[in-house]
Amino acid sequence: MDRVPILKLEDYLMVSIQVDMHDQLALTLQDDLTQKIVATRARAVLIDISALEMVDSFMGRMLGNIAAMSRILDAQTVVVGMRPAVAITLVELGLSLPGIRTALNVDAGLALLRKAIARPDEPSNVE
Amino acid sequence: MNRPASRLPAIVEQHQKEILADWLSNQTSSGASRSGRMQESQLRDESQRFLSLLTQAIQQGTEFDARSPQWAEIREFLTEISRSRATQGFTPSQVATFVFSLKQALFKRTTESLKADATALASTLWEATTLLDALGLYTTELYQQARDLVIARQQEELIELSTPVVQLWDGILALPLIGTLDSERTQVVMESLLERLVATGSSLAVIDITGVPTVDTLVAQHLLKTVAAAQLMGADCIISGIRPQIAQTIVHLGIDLSSVATKASLADAFGLALKRRGLTVARVTGG
Repeated sequence: MDRVPILKLEDYLMVSIQVDMHDQLALTLQDDLTQKIVATRARAVLIDISALEMVDSFMGRMLGNIAAMSRILDAQTVVVGMRPAVAITLVELGLSLPGIRTALNVDAGLALLRKAIARPDEPSNVE
Repeated sequence: MNRPASRLPAIVEQHQKEILADWLSNQTSSGASRSGRMQESQLRDESQRFLSLLTQAIQQGTEFDARSPQWAEIREFLTEISRSRATQGFTPSQVATFVFSLKQALFKRTTESLKADATALASTLWEATTLLDALGLYTTELYQQARDLVIARQQEELIELSTPVVQLWDGILALPLIGTLDSERTQVVMESLLERLVATGSSLAVIDITGVPTVDTLVAQHLLKTVAAAQLMGADCIISGIRPQIAQTIVHLGIDLSSVATKASLADAFGLALKRRGLTVARVTGG
């Protein structure tokens, strides 16, 4: 069965989604990620979607769910690398991914997470 | 098609050389070559090719049908010359005259060959006339198409030109909008802004609407869409250049811009952007 790999880097967990998600894969990812957060006591999760050419409502909901689950486990989430075409499509569809922090690239995402961990009460760039 | 076989193909074939010579002199005198724009030799080549293609095509019937394979080669040839002449700046009548000027040369030979038979002469001339008229009109049509293509391309270029994205500072982009925002333009603006955001790794964009004459609900919606798309990618937007009149209109229309930072002038917006990036501008002491 295919899995989405989760990499641990210092206090951060990194996930790069490169294939189209389906229900089972999404559930497995949520399962793996929550376990990994608890096991490694990670403070932040960075999800890279730069390889995705399409993000639909299912994907949007899944990202929202991951962010919400991580927050309960006291880890901040940021989604990075959304392509321009994907952003335009999401806006045209009226999906604004509420509750998800976004950043342009991995560098910006890490900077954002670092800030968020330092001051967890003051979420920046959240709708 | 029970009419007696047309005499036209035979006449054209027999007198091809003379017709070509007459036609060329006609063209030069009627100015279809538009002196200076076109080489004499090029005109000769084109005329010769057209005449030989025509000779071939009319062997199978003298009625022009743009869709039949019989005329495919002529069609291609005419498309080619209409296109090249449209870009060279010829007028449609000059392009059509290329075909129409063949008439006189053709009629002359037909009259000579069929002097004895008045009925045959009349019907053959009629055939030649309809054929050349159809071809001439077809050239005009093609010319129009070529022209439309040129216009469409220019329109695209204009859209591209009028939406520059400039970098104000490291990590700060500006998008000075000029002219009316319709949905097509918004799409282009959005795409170019988002692409530049990724390319430069900028997290802030100032959208300046000083040059936008009116802001109605649709334009506001387009603006908000652009801002939302940038936010999805992790970049913040500031809208600047809102004139007093436009501020009033926005409130009267009940447009909610509270999700975006707005500033009156580009300078203010730039100041805010610098602040958000944690930068300050300081005067050099003793300067």
